[in-house]
Amino acid sequence: MMSFNALIVVALGYVVFLFGIAFFAERRAARGHSNWLSSPWIYTLSLSIYCTAWTFYGAVGYAARSGLEFVTIYLGPTLVMVGWWWVVRRLVRIGRAQRITSIADLVSSRFGKSTQLGMIVTVISVIAGTPYIALQLQSVTLSFAVFAQIEGVSWDQPDFNVTAMWVAIGLAVFTVIFGTRNLDANERHHGVVIAIAVEAIVKLFALVAVGVFVVWGIAGGPGEMLTRIDNSDIELWNNDSGRWISLIFLSGAAFLCLPRMFQVLVVENADERHLHVASWAFPLYLFMMSLFVMPIAVIGLDLMPQGSNPDLFVVTVPLSQGQGGLAVLSFLGGFSSATSMVIVATIALATMVSNHIVVPVWLSFQANQHAVMSGDVRNVILLSRRLSVAGIMVLGFLYYRISGGGTALAAIGLISFTGAVQILPAMIAGMFWRGATGVGAAAGLLTGLAIWMWTLFLPSFGVDAVISQFVLENGPLGLSWLRPQALFGVAGLDPLVHGIMWSMLLNATMLIICSLVTFPAPLERLQGAQFVNVFEHSSAAPAWTGAATGAEDLLIMSQRILGSTEAQALFEQEAVRQGKVGYLPEVTPDFIERLERELAGSVGAATAHAMIGQLIGGSSVSVEDLIAVADEAAQILEYSNRLEAKSKEQEQTARALRAANDKLTALSIQKDAFLSQISHELRTPMTSIRSFSDILRDGEMGEEGHERYAGIIHDEAVRLTRLLDDLLDLSVLENGQVVLHEQTGQLSDLLDRAMRAAGLHDGVLKVSRERVDEDITLTADLDRLAQVFINLISNARKYCDAAEPHLRISVVKDKHGYAVDFVDNGSGIAPENQDLIFEKFSRVADGSKAGGAGLGLAICREIMHRLGGEVVYLQGQDGAAFRVRLPKVKKTAALEQT
Amino acid sequence: MSRQTTKTVFLEKAGYRKRRLRDAAKLVPFLGIVLLAIPLAWSGAAPHESIGSSGLLYVFGVWLLLIVLAAMLSIWVRSDPDIDGQDRDAK
Repeated sequence: MMSFNALIVVALGYVVFLFGIAFFAERRAARGHSNWLSSPWIYTLSLSIYCTAWTFYGAVGYAARSGLEFVTIYLGPTLVMVGWWWVVRRLVRIGRAQRITSIADLVSSRFGKSTQLGMIVTVISVIAGTPYIALQLQSVTLSFAVFAQIEGVSWDQPDFNVTAMWVAIGLAVFTVIFGTRNLDANERHHGVVIAIAVEAIVKLFALVAVGVFVVWGIAGGPGEMLTRIDNSDIELWNNDSGRWISLIFLSGAAFLCLPRMFQVLVVENADERHLHVASWAFPLYLFMMSLFVMPIAVIGLDLMPQGSNPDLFVVTVPLSQGQGGLAVLSFLGGFSSATSMVIVATIALATMVSNHIVVPVWLSFQANQHAVMSGDVRNVILLSRRLSVAGIMVLGFLYYRISGGGTALAAIGLISFTGAVQILPAMIAGMFWRGATGVGAAAGLLTGLAIWMWTLFLPSFGVDAVISQFVLENGPLGLSWLRPQALFGVAGLDPLVHGIMWSMLLNATMLIICSLVTFPAPLERLQGAQFVNVFEHSSAAPAWTGAATGAEDLLIMSQRILGSTEAQALFEQEAVRQGKVGYLPEVTPDFIERLERELAGSVGAATAHAMIGQLIGGSSVSVEDLIAVADEAAQILEYSNRLEAKSKEQEQTARALRAANDKLTALSIQKDAFLSQISHELRTPMTSIRSFSDILRDGEMGEEGHERYAGIIHDEAVRLTRLLDDLLDLSVLENGQVVLHEQTGQLSDLLDRAMRAAGLHDGVLKVSRERVDEDITLTADLDRLAQVFINLISNARKYCDAAEPHLRISVVKDKHGYAVDFVDNGSGIAPENQDLIFEKFSRVADGSKAGGAGLGLAICREIMHRLGGEVVYLQGQDGAAFRVRLPKVKKTAALEQT
Repeated sequence: MSRQTTKTVFLEKAGYRKRRLRDAAKLVPFLGIVLLAIPLAWSGAAPHESIGSSGLLYVFGVWLLLIVLAAMLSIWVRSDPDIDGQDRDAK
């Protein structure tokens, strides 16, 4: 069996090992080999500080006392991590975008970088966190005492106190060395993180080892284990469903709000993508940690003598079975859980105390002497952080001493959780609701703090310690509705559920009501927009306007906080970005904004804002500036919209121009073709007229020949005249000089006239009509309309190439009015020519056959245009098809007819 | 501040699948809440009968199911290279 002194040696050896690992990691990181340090697995393991000594030892005790309820402490964080898309992802993104250093900084930064809010959150966190640190000290000393007892030494209170003191001192030294080495909280504490990761593995391994030993070594397998669980005295499921739900909620909320969890979850997060792995790996870790809790509790109750502390079963069960090595491993697991929690909690709390209480107070004392210019801020901050570490450790130790380290402490775990969770409403509202104001947040936080103190924290010291039995039963000053465990007369609830319910309810209510009735400051609104819309715009609106300070002053101040190398690098980088040479960039609002964010990573948003404010004379953002920024953005948007519209319009114009150009080119080619055609057309009759008139002049023929030649000359002259008439007609129509003679008549009469005139007497073309439909009265220039019909009918006669040419004339009516369709059964007009047939001089078919000059359809179109109708080529018919849309019947005319 | 980008209303098939996977990932905690609320019914149904080790197995089974679901979804969603580019219209 291992002696107590050997245990001390093992513990010290373990501590030295941790120091070594931390040093090694810091050295690697300093040389830039930090890749493996920032892997998702290290991140996941570092989250395991959620499992403190309270859970390592206490979970078994909890299970022995209350059955299955102990899993609620792990189910809450499981749900939060599995649902990381909702809150954790947003939290991490905000933390990185705003360079958040702690949960107090988050709340302070969101609500206008308010110093007061930072202080409130810090105070809550310290009050809620101190008992928890005391709890860790207690569990470590208790486990030491177990080993001392084996040697027959029974510890007295002083022994416990001395051990606790040495543990506290050791932890403080470690934390100061590795936790406050660098100032920038955004530079991760590599040494600490790696030490925590190692400790996470040790504690998981230890608990699983004890569990495996218990299940397979003692119970004899999982099946037997389950039977033993069924037969044990532990009531697995107690009937209090309120606690089940409340504790799942509480643990999930505490997972987000505990300062140490915020530190590892958000501040130490190196890469948002690590969440992908952590979202399931961390729940798996919790699962493994709690898998064997129940078996250990059951076996412990079976094996250990009546009255032994179930909190220590993890150590005492292996010891009772003579497994000294396993017990030491288990002891190291518990030791790891305690130390890692204390280290991170202390770093987180010290950062908060230093950034939100010490530095602001120190700054306010020195405000008049331009504190930011004189004195080394960097050392002051580091010193204040180290003192804070020591101070928090002292607080924890004192709490341990005062509470006596008894059972009162064991109950404090969940109460401490409830205290930390008071920050949740402000945090969630700040991330999702732009309307949440600083006043609302402060009101909610203070209300929650007060109710928590009254209903849970003060009574936790025991009856008559702070709150007397009388007050507990009758309320203060006889006000029974203020009884600590039955507020507003709601009695009969579990005290913890009662406290959680009232504190969260009133906290959230105050937050909402005060937010609704107050008006936020401009900076608050700016920050609110950036937090709530963190995924939409990564770049911020400038929070500073017109800077009245020189870059040199800013550089001097930054050097005092960031260190000269880092500050100079930052300024040089900015200067290069602005295209300047040297160390001093132009002081633009943009640059001040970035500088402030850099500083915030070291001293918190509120302090950084205050320091810059001191230097540049407080010319921070105003409502007008906000509106101006919004206006500017709106103007840019409008301008770009207008540009877009304009470019679209230009595109349309270009398309139209291209089409017009194509058409013009085609027309020009056609015109050339026509000119040669027309000269040919004019030349042919002229040639025959000239030659026959030559023959006539010579007069060497008989009467018969004379008459024949004169006839030919006459025919040719008529043809010439017709051609010239057409040209003239078209020109008149196009110039708009035509005079229309309005008449009224029937469409059927008009079509009859057109058919007669179109020369259908040869009977080659068959025409079919629906006379019933043609009973339409028209008022228009009927002669001109008839001209159009004649042209279309004779075109069909001339060009229809079917074996049995057939023309169908039908009347259609649609929403535009009446139209007459002329559809033949020929081969129609090729699509590429359909655009051109209405142009002057165009002829699709072989011109010699028709004997026309290609002016007919052009004239038709002009006529219909003048009449107020139109003629179009009708696609998708069997042959060539034209639709003549008749002029609208004028109302008055129509009335006269009826 | 107004947004300047015009959103695409419809996505190609792969992007659509990713979006739905993300919806599924967002629903996992609610599934967990529902499944973990079932034990609340046990105490009411059989006040004197101990639920025993089957209750233990149920809770740990649900727990494991949530972990497996989260792991599968996170692996599928992670293969999306443009995960943050699409955040704009994720809400």
